[in-house]
Amino acid sequence: MDYVIIIIGAIFVNNVVLAKFLGICPFIGVSKKVETAIGMTGAVTFVMVIATIVTYLIQKYVLVKFGIEYMQTITFILVIASLVQLVEIILKKVSPALFQALGIFLPLITTNCAVLGVAILAVGNKYDLLKSTVFAIATAVGFGLALIIFSGLREQMDLANIPKGMKGVPIAFVVAGILALAFMGFTGLA
Amino acid sequence: MSKLKIFTKGFIKENAVFALFLGLCPTLGTTTSAINGFAMGLATTFVLVMSNIVVSMVKNFIPDKVRIPAFIVIIATFVTIVELTMQAFVPDLFEVLGLFIPLIVVNCIILGRAEAFASKNNVLDSSIDGLGMGLGFAMALTILGAIREMLGSGAIFGFKFITGDGMLAFVLAPGAFIVLGYLIAITQLINKGDKKTVLEVLSGVWKIARSFLKFLNFSK
Repeated sequence: MDYVIIIIGAIFVNNVVLAKFLGICPFIGVSKKVETAIGMTGAVTFVMVIATIVTYLIQKYVLVKFGIEYMQTITFILVIASLVQLVEIILKKVSPALFQALGIFLPLITTNCAVLGVAILAVGNKYDLLKSTVFAIATAVGFGLALIIFSGLREQMDLANIPKGMKGVPIAFVVAGILALAFMGFTGLA
Repeated sequence: MSKLKIFTKGFIKENAVFALFLGLCPTLGTTTSAINGFAMGLATTFVLVMSNIVVSMVKNFIPDKVRIPAFIVIIATFVTIVELTMQAFVPDLFEVLGLFIPLIVVNCIILGRAEAFASKNNVLDSSIDGLGMGLGFAMALTILGAIREMLGSGAIFGFKFITGDGMLAFVLAPGAFIVLGYLIAITQLINKGDKKTVLEVLSGVWKIARSFLKFLNFSK
């Protein structure tokens, strides 16, 4: 039951983008086309899950063990940054096709606050390893859901007649606000 | 570029939030009230100024290939300092801003200024740039926080001016996106120098605000 609550909570109720405001930069930046949104979702899911597992292990077996929890921010960001590099190198060798698809999004992920945010939240919520992993996957699904819906809306918006001053980013934010309003309907589910 | 120009460009023309769309997560996440937005802005300003100073001091010693990780370590150090200081002296505020304090480290403004300005300029110019950019960011967060607080809970800087509740949606997530969208639209028009449309938008905003105040029986 715990797992169901974590999954529903992370995808719908506390959606990482629309309720927690993490990962807004890619949400606005790469949501012009559904195709790129799907690519970004894949890359984020990949990195988020691996990063959460690695940072969980580091927190438990290095930071807590030696009593240096205050180094959390520095350690986590360095781990994530090097992890992204590593994933990029491995992907290039192992699966060039996947690298082609995700390639341009990978460097962007280092500064995606959702990845660091989920790692810190998983530690802060005192999840064990399995719960942290489930939480990371569910958060990534929530991120993908919001991003793909939003990119679909933005593709439609290209055809709409929008007032001059609101074209581009401003109208995107207003639409994101309405989408967030829709997601507020899930409050109370978990 | 003159010192004054370096300082003032962060307020409107290259405002991190309204013009460059950087650092949007804390912008949306912490501006439930003007005070919270202002505090977040100041914390970011401190990190920005200090990291700009240190980066411009060590720029000649860092090999080009590892400069980004090096910058991140410098930034993360100052973020940890802010984190521990706030936890010790303003625990209430630390509680409210929560996750977004450690997340200053991934705020793109800070790495962006380190890379684009501090790694190419001297210490004095870099600190002025950091201060200008940081205060511009703080200004943006305070404005956004003030508008959301006024509409959402009918208060400004914690002083309530209506009886009863405001429109709660503006304190919650949707209001953040919508208010920021309109503020970006206004900034874009100002930067284009399109005075007529700016006035039109502002008068539209005023009309909405007036009908809102009427609705709350405030204008009587």
